[in-house]
This record gives sequence, C-alpha cells and structure tokens, in this order.
Amino acid sequence: MPETATTPAIQFQGVGKRFGDNVVLDGLDFSVAAGDRVTLIGPSGSGKTTILRLLMTLEEANDGLILVDGQPYTHEIRGGKRVAIPEKRRSLVRRRVGMVFQQFNLFPNMTVLENIIEAPIHVLGVPRAEAVATAEDLLDKVGLADKRDARTTQLSGGQQQRVAIARALAMEPEILLLDEVTSALDPELVADVLAVLRNIAETTDITMLIVTHEMQFAREVSNRVLMFDGGKIIEEAHPEEIFTSPKNERTQEFLRAVL
Amino acid sequence: MTETEAWSWDHAAAVLPALVDGLWITVLATVVGMVIAAVLGLFVAVVRRSGLRVVTVPVAVLVEFVRSTPLLVQLVFANLVFTQFPSLAIGCVVLGVHYATYMSEVYRAGIDAVPRGQWEAAVALDLPRRRTWTAVVLPQAIRNTLPGLGNYAISMFKETPFLFAIGVVEMYTAAQQYGGNNFRYIEAITMVGLLFLLVSYPTSLLVRRLENRLA
Ligand SMILES: Nc1ncnc2c1ncn2[C@@H]1O[C@H](COP(=O)(O)OP(=O)(O)OP(=O)(O)O)[C@@H](O)[C@H]1O
Ligand SMILES: [Mg+2]
Repeated sequence: MPETATTPAIQFQGVGKRFGDNVVLDGLDFSVAAGDRVTLIGPSGSGKTTILRLLMTLEEANDGLILVDGQPYTHEIRGGKRVAIPEKRRSLVRRRVGMVFQQFNLFPNMTVLENIIEAPIHVLGVPRAEAVATAEDLLDKVGLADKRDARTTQLSGGQQQRVAIARALAMEPEILLLDEVTSALDPELVADVLAVLRNIAETTDITMLIVTHEMQFAREVSNRVLMFDGGKIIEEAHPEEIFTSPKNERTQEFLRAVL
Repeated sequence: MTETEAWSWDHAAAVLPALVDGLWITVLATVVGMVIAAVLGLFVAVVRRSGLRVVTVPVAVLVEFVRSTPLLVQLVFANLVFTQFPSLAIGCVVLGVHYATYMSEVYRAGIDAVPRGQWEAAVALDLPRRRTWTAVVLPQAIRNTLPGLGNYAISMFKETPFLFAIGVVEMYTAAQQYGGNNFRYIEAITMVGLLFLLVSYPTSLLVRRLENRLA
C-alpha cells in the first residue's frame, strides 16, 4: 500500500473529458497533497466544476486515471488496458469524498437532522443515537442547533448551505469538494458560510478542493491556488503570491477582470 | 304505482336500497382497483427507469397493449379466461391493471420532476441506489402524484358501470335489474347518476384543494 505521508490525496493522471465534440479536459495532470486546501480558479466554462464532478463520480472521464490516496478510483490499468472499476469498489472510495453544491441540494422531504444522519446511518452503519449526537454537534458548529427539527424549506439560503456543509461533514470525509458554495446566496448571508468553512479549515485536516470566484475566500481558506485554463493548470502558487504577483499572462488577465 | 307517469317518486324511493348496496360494490371496486393501480403503476414506472432493456422492453409492450385495447373488452376477456375467479375480483384486477398503465405515467412525471441535484446529493453521500429511491426520490415524486392519483380514482369510479358486462352487481347493474323487473328505468338510472355525482363531485373538490396545496 503506497499510503505514505507523501502520497497525494488526489491525483489526476492524463484525465480527459469530452461532452460530444467539446473537449473540456485534455490530458489533465495535477495532484493535491493530503490536508491541502486548494482553490481552483479560471474562466467560466473552463472545466472547474467538471473536475469536482469527476471526483464525485457524477461524470465519467473519457481518458486517464483518477487516484485517491494513491489508489485507482474510477478506472485502473489492467493488462495494459484502461478498465472501469466496478460500482462496489468505487463506492468505498466515494464515501470518503464529500461535496457541497452551489444549490445546496438538501432533501426537502426530511428535517434538518434527518438530512444529516441519513448517510451516516445508511451508508456507514452508525447507530442512530450516535449519528444524532454527531449531527447535533455539527449543527452546533455551523450555528444552527435550534434548527434541528426544521424543514429545510423553512431555512434561508445561508442556513441551508450550512446544513449542507454539516451533512457532508457527518460522513467524516477525507476530501471535501466545494463548488461555488456561496454564489447562490444573498451577499449578507455569505459571511456566515465563509466563517464556517474557515473554521473547518482551521480545526480539521480535511483535504479541500474549492472552486470559487470569491478571491477573498480563496485567500482566507486555501494554501494553494491553481489557475486553470484551456483544460490545463497554467499556474499554481500560494494565494498571496498568485494574487499579488501572478506570473502567467492569462492569470494576470483573469485576475485583473475579477479582482 | 301507475305506469303512465313520466317520473314516479315511488319508484325512485323503491330502487334506492338496491342502489346503495350497489354503491358499496362500486366503491369497493374503485378502492381495490386504485390500490392495485397505485402499486403496480409505481412498479412499472421504476422498472421503466431502470434502463435494463430486458425488462423495459417487455414492460413497454405490455403497457402499450393494455392502453390500446378498451377496458370493456379487457373485462369480458379476463372474465372468460379466468372462470375460476369471482367476477368482482376479476373486475378489480382488470380496473387496477388498466389504470396502472396511466398511473405509471403520473409517477414517471413525478419522478422526472425531482431535480437532478437530489440524485447528485445522494451520490455525493454514497447512498445506495435502493435507499436513494425509497428515502429521497419517491417521497418527493409521490407527493407530486397525489392529485393525479385522485383524478384517476374519480375517473375509475365513473367507469365501474362497465362491470355490468361481467355481471358484477354494482350500482349501474342494480339499476338495470330494477328496471328489468319493474319495467321502469328512468328513476333507477337517474338515481344512479345522482349517486355518482354525490360521490364524484365532493371528491374532485378535495383533489383540487390538494392540488392547490401542493402547488
Ligand atoms: N452535462 C454537460 N453536457 C454538456 N456539456 C457540459 C456538461 N457539463 C459541462 N459542460 C461543458 O463543459 C465545459 C466546462 O463546464 P464546467 O461547468 O466544468 O465549467 P466551469 O469552469 O465550472 O465554469 P463556471 O465558472 O461557469 O462554473 C463548458 O463548456 C460546459 O458547457
Ligand atoms: Mg462551475
């Protein structure tokens, strides 16, 4: 088992993804070290969301390999050929990866608490009482202890997103994917969500892969920024470095437009 | 009871007990038929979404077959083939199977109306397929299908007179029998219509209220 301290949490090896004729990713290589908080930035339509969706198995790569903790996740090379890994094995890796969506995607037929305990009970087999206790701790952590039994539809967007974060954390993921988690929120609700994420970054060692157009968020939470364009990583650096003195011309152009 | 009157209240009153007995059979057939339609329709809808051609194709053919032939013909045919079963049971099952094909479309629409994000959240939580259906998708889909279920129940209720063709003494058959025995049809048939109205109309109001509440 290649589970040494230097094994990256996430590795993309020559990953290709097309939608019809639209080549979104072409031989993409990159890796994320365990415990890193990496922000992906880049122009709209460049494929940032696609990268997260591939990691969540919501999309299927056409080429290349995706490794988690050094182990093949969706495909592997067997007998010199690239073959899909069966659902059962994917599932074991997938449960260590969590995702928070732009549109929250809470289950409206369940209460806040039920949303959070659903997967721990039915995926991990955690006893109900234990799952409830964990969920209550998490609700406390995201500042929504009093919403335990509320319907999700009664919550504001910011509250829903904090529940969604708690729901993802309840699975105790090693990797957390965050796709534009504040872009569907009214500006005054963004701060609470960011505070929760900053707290997670400070108090856990979860590997985070973040897509955001909020450069302030990238600055506060992440320790590495990947500039993504034309299906490739064109620059990577510490946030301070990339935001103050980007080297690549495309990065400079992009940051001038968004900052 | 003179035979020259256009309308006789005596006949209208005399037929009523038989009609009320028939009404119970009518309601029974509708309730049992609807339970079959609701369960079988859901099964068909979920199977058709599975994408497994070995099951979706035969199911699609069966659905098309049931939908393309008249209910009346199906009733008579089933009654001729399954002589060992009571006609009422056959009637309930045929009504149920017939309406299951329509209910499956209602469920299908309800399932399609569940946002993709719900499926994706279930994947992100690694929920097993079965749990995704039973805990996430179906509870939301079925909520959307309740008005459709109500409307088809009313529609089935109004089609129960076809059971006349297989000799089930529901309300309409009871009226026909009274008419035949007394040579007076108009009161019996009018009363049947009134009783249908008395049940259907309040039910449709209820369904509409449900529609508005869910909208
Ligand atoms: N399901 C899909 N079917 C077809 N094309 C798709 C699909 N999903 C994404 N694409 C295309 O893939 C490209 C990359 O999309 P993606 O959503 O990954 O971009 P993004 O970098 O996240 O953009 P944004 O910043 O606007 O969110 C786009 O051209 C998009 O139109
Ligand atoms: Mg995106």
